[in-house]
Amino acid sequence: MQESTANQVAANATSSFTEHLQRDRPELLAFNRSPQGGASAAAPLQVPHATTIVAMSYGGGVLMAGDRRATMGNVIASRHIEKVFPADRFSVLGIAGTAGIAIDLTRLFQVELEHYEKIEGTLLSLEGKANRLGAMIRGNLPLALQGLAVVPLFAGFDTSAGVGRLFSYDVTGGRYEEHEHHSVGSGSVFARGALKKLWRPNLTAAEALAVAVESLYDAADDDSATGGPDTVRKLWPVVYTVDSSGARRIDEAELAAAARSVIEARTVAGREA
Amino acid sequence: MTQQFYVSPEQLMKDRADFARKGIARGRSVVVISCADGIALVAENPSPSLHKIGEIYDKIAFAAVGKYNEFESLRQAGVRYADVRGYSYDREDVTARGLASVYAQSLGAVFTAEQKPFEVELAVAEVGPTQAEDHLYRLTFDGSIADEHSFVVMGGQADKVSSAIEGGWRSTLSFSEAVRLALTGLAPAPESEEQAKALPARALEVAVLDRMSESSRGSRRAFRRLNDADITALLA
Repeated sequence: MQESTANQVAANATSSFTEHLQRDRPELLAFNRSPQGGASAAAPLQVPHATTIVAMSYGGGVLMAGDRRATMGNVIASRHIEKVFPADRFSVLGIAGTAGIAIDLTRLFQVELEHYEKIEGTLLSLEGKANRLGAMIRGNLPLALQGLAVVPLFAGFDTSAGVGRLFSYDVTGGRYEEHEHHSVGSGSVFARGALKKLWRPNLTAAEALAVAVESLYDAADDDSATGGPDTVRKLWPVVYTVDSSGARRIDEAELAAAARSVIEARTVAGREA
Repeated sequence: MTQQFYVSPEQLMKDRADFARKGIARGRSVVVISCADGIALVAENPSPSLHKIGEIYDKIAFAAVGKYNEFESLRQAGVRYADVRGYSYDREDVTARGLASVYAQSLGAVFTAEQKPFEVELAVAEVGPTQAEDHLYRLTFDGSIADEHSFVVMGGQADKVSSAIEGGWRSTLSFSEAVRLALTGLAPAPESEEQAKALPARALEVAVLDRMSESSRGSRRAFRRLNDADITALLA
């Protein structure tokens, strides 16, 4: 009798917010609601899709940037969407794929990390955070099979090792550590090409920002679903850096300057590609 | 065959209350003070890891005295309640009042229905944009809830500590003045001369809810736990 009580207490002691919801409020989890009948892979739903994210390491940390466009088929669903979010003090995540589910997943992930920190009184390790995110993506697999996939990119500062690290994922939750740089989303191939030419080891934070903005510019140049810098509406990519002092959002003025210098240089060169 | 003796409900409740009060009186005191910089939470606690003070949500903190396992389970339940609420509605829909009323209901239910009442006393504090919007709730073992102003003292010598703090409290206190005031209350009363020295930083647990966390630290989470070095610096 006593042993079973102890077992019960141990089984109920979870530091995971997702597990808690799974047990007590399963209806709140996006990936528990599988669409009824109807929708199948043959006729995918018309929903907004978030597009290109790039991330890279630089001397002292990691940087992640995302464009501001969401598309729905051939229509621009949003010019203002933000796809890079701080996950906690020392990590950020960017999302590509079905926007609605991805944003919900991001919110869940943010609460998950904060919940752990409050219950345990200590931050989750960077590997631990990366694994949790992988498990959540795997949880979304049934929806991914119906065409509602979410593919994140995760970057954070490993406070115990003192380095910035990058993780990419596939739709089954597979987690891969990336070195140097990586990109996801529809414009990722073009961004990746640009990153290969522009990235160098030990960039400064300012140089890394210029590289990120330029690679997103190249992605927007060739991929219709990726939005370039919009000088009319004053829309610039969303960029976060993470270093030993934590995650920081780059402010609008810095982004405007970086975007304008890319446009300026391209205008002066006046070349086709 | 055992015979159940009749015990009047009054006697039953009184026995339970006495039992809980005795348990709480054994513990050391915790002080929660609302001041100009925010809310300071100070506990006498020699353990650096078994906390009596905890973060519940963006603007809400928790402090407790009594049995560790009991208030720790209440703290975790509070964190779960707040996170579920904030996730399903919005972050600003999580309030100290809602949390305190959930605590009051569970403490009340345990007091009347369980084998033994919880031997705990809790404080739930929420920092507001101005001092007038700060909320301090005190919850006792039987589920009674009290809406306090300016400060809350709980635990062993609550009356003695409380009168010491009442004398020194002003609304314009800074964090360091508030913590110092809490210490004058918590330090053993100067009955014998050599006992009157202040508590060392490692015997204290101090946390604050910053009123201006967004502008000063760029974080919506107002709760900040101070380590020994921070405490020494604050009191220097």
